[in-house]
Amino acid sequence: MNEEIKTLTISIYTENNIGLLNRISAIFQRRHINIESLTTSQSEIDGVNRFVIVVNITESQAKKIVGQFEKQVEVIRAYYHKDEETIYTESCMFKIKSALLFEEPQIQNIIKDSNARIVTVNKEFFVLEKSGRRNEIESLHRDLNVFGIMQFVRAGRIAVTKDEMKITEMLQAFNNHNN
Amino acid sequence: MNNTQTANKKQEVAQETMRITGSEAIIRCLIAEGVDILYGYPGGAIMPVYDELYKFRDQIHHVLTRHEQGAAHAAQGYARISGRVGVAIATSGPGATNLVTGIADAQIDSTPVVCITGQVFSHLLGTDAFQETDIIGISTPVTKWNHQITKAADIPEVLAKAFYIAKSGRPGPVLIDITKDAQVSELDFKYEKCKGVRSYIPIPKTNPETLSAAAELINSAKKPLIVWGQGVILGQAENELKAIIEKAGIPAAWTILGASAIPTSHELNVGMVGMHGNYAPNMLTNECDVLIAIGMRFDDRVTGSLNTYAKQAKIIHFDIDPAEIDKNVKTDVAVLGDSKDSLSRLLPLLNENKHADWLQKFKDLYAIEFEKVIKDDIFPTKEGLTMGEVLKQINIETKGNAAIVSDVGQHQMIACRYAEFTTTKSNITSGGLGTMGFALPAAIGAKMAAPDREVVAIIGDGGYQMNIQELGTIFQQKAAVKIVVLNNEFLGMVRQWQQLFFDKRYASTEMTNPDFVTIAKGYYIEGKRVTKREELADAVKEMIASKESYFLEVCVEKEGNVFPMIPSGASVSEVRLS
Ligand SMILES: Cc1ncc(C[n+]2csc(CCOP(=O)(O)OP(=O)(O)O)c2C)c(N)n1
Repeated sequence: MNEEIKTLTISIYTENNIGLLNRISAIFQRRHINIESLTTSQSEIDGVNRFVIVVNITESQAKKIVGQFEKQVEVIRAYYHKDEETIYTESCMFKIKSALLFEEPQIQNIIKDSNARIVTVNKEFFVLEKSGRRNEIESLHRDLNVFGIMQFVRAGRIAVTKDEMKITEMLQAFNNHNN
Repeated sequence: MNNTQTANKKQEVAQETMRITGSEAIIRCLIAEGVDILYGYPGGAIMPVYDELYKFRDQIHHVLTRHEQGAAHAAQGYARISGRVGVAIATSGPGATNLVTGIADAQIDSTPVVCITGQVFSHLLGTDAFQETDIIGISTPVTKWNHQITKAADIPEVLAKAFYIAKSGRPGPVLIDITKDAQVSELDFKYEKCKGVRSYIPIPKTNPETLSAAAELINSAKKPLIVWGQGVILGQAENELKAIIEKAGIPAAWTILGASAIPTSHELNVGMVGMHGNYAPNMLTNECDVLIAIGMRFDDRVTGSLNTYAKQAKIIHFDIDPAEIDKNVKTDVAVLGDSKDSLSRLLPLLNENKHADWLQKFKDLYAIEFEKVIKDDIFPTKEGLTMGEVLKQINIETKGNAAIVSDVGQHQMIACRYAEFTTTKSNITSGGLGTMGFALPAAIGAKMAAPDREVVAIIGDGGYQMNIQELGTIFQQKAAVKIVVLNNEFLGMVRQWQQLFFDKRYASTEMTNPDFVTIAKGYYIEGKRVTKREELADAVKEMIASKESYFLEVCVEKEGNVFPMIPSGASVSEVRLS
């Protein structure tokens, strides 16, 4: 029964209500599941929010917690997906001393090779933004770290699925069901 | 409610808009939902609502409990015996936190309860104001739904939603926290009952294929066993269940919260499963070929070790809550839906059957349990009163028609094992949370919801003292509950574990008790103490004959144990008889 632990992306479509984050995080907390990253934002449907949560758990754990999410009154639908079933990205920002741009010509190559984008430059510092896979971000971080990073921040994963999720139909079904 | 009452309620619901305060709106919502009784305790942040309660006191009866925990449990007792929503109300801060144990209990035992708490003014939220507590945060993990209202205008819609969510689908507790400014400001009031909430499907659709798959398995089974739980009672599927077990000749056992759905005396009722359940259904769980679980959730107290639980059997699981499927026990066929609906559709698919040899096995094992356990429990010959014989006397005097409200401990297991039930919704106990202190207030709620029924609370000397203050509520409300305290001068259940698993080191389980009869009399409740077998029958008779509440203390043997017992974590077939 030793099931493999995988990196799974959980998507939860919800009503846009205060307090739901509490319910969702409590479900992880009770089961001692550590959240690797969490993003929440408006979804493709008006008034419907979407949580995208990355966790390292087994698939049978995932099935059970998805059931627990769906049990919440304000959750419309929850899913879990393996990496290969989604298209995902993460983004990050680096704040770096401007002087380095001129003193360390190599940095310019790093920026170019990594497809990072310069968001702003001033006398003191410049800011780089990069979106991509976790390993790309990590490798950029390693390369820049040698020269010194003033600030670094990485946002949670965002993902869309390759397969359809049919939330609009779901909502329609809810309406029919309740009438 | 009869039909004209329902019609009247409908009229009230469809009333014209009127300009009233938030607190008046709260009361009007409750009345529109058919609430005629609520349990609570006042305080600063809920005072506007109490003031309205005073105004509406002819239409809605408020019961002042002596502690908010008592209010929550009373609301639970009310809900469990009536199938209606119980309501509890409290002030902010300590009032709200005192409700939490009852809310948690209602959550795990799927009891429809709406709790309303007052909250500080919304401009003070988050400032650590006097009696401010984050009751939404605190209650989130133990409510089916909760919500904070900060604007009077939101009151009707949110309360309508609260009642709908509490009672629909798998029922549960809902907490609504209402700031004081929302209570005192005005709104244009109009009430409409909630008919649905987007994103919430209370009853999942039943897939007809799963029903035929279930029927096929049952029809081909040689040794089928039904284990039913509270889902049968909540779904009002008692008759359907009875029809099924009779048609297909299937022995049926129950979980603690399923008790009383089918009369104890029914030939195919083979007893209780679980840690202190009956020998036969526990042993034969590991011999049946098809296990049919209906409205039960495979609690660990029922299954013991999951690694060895019914491994040989095909499992069919009927449940209203999809999250219960495969949660603990992997099923072969899962039938989602409402139990009444699923079971009535299953019935015509089943073949008539008898399973006589299989049923005989239950009878043989019962004979063993009777010889080794039951005889000494209910027909003891040794000195020292047993809890079992007290139950036997209560059965005799009430003819099995009483609702038994039990607390938590040895007496609870004895009550559930030996109470004879003729009527559904008659076993009111704290199953999932195991809350000591539950029974006394829950019995008040039960008696007030079903005043024509005999309500007997069976409580240990430990649990009694956890909410003993509710004697005051009983006295003030003239609630004619019968209270039986089985006094063994120990926290008996814990002492039993210490004896069996901790080398008899009785750490802090012995209790020096007060004079319970004097305490009852102090609350003007008639009472008696029984110490000898010869006195027992008459005392129970006198108690049941009493028209008012009555307190009976029975001094039972100090170190009596409850058997059979499945040690925790062991397999159900490792059940011990001594
Ligand atoms: C609130 C609460 N605290 C502690 C426990 C743990 N507990 C379970 S049974 C029990 C002993 C109960 O003793 P008593 O009420 O005297 O009943 P008896 O077992 O003797 O019948 C205790 C302490 C509990 N279930 N609930």
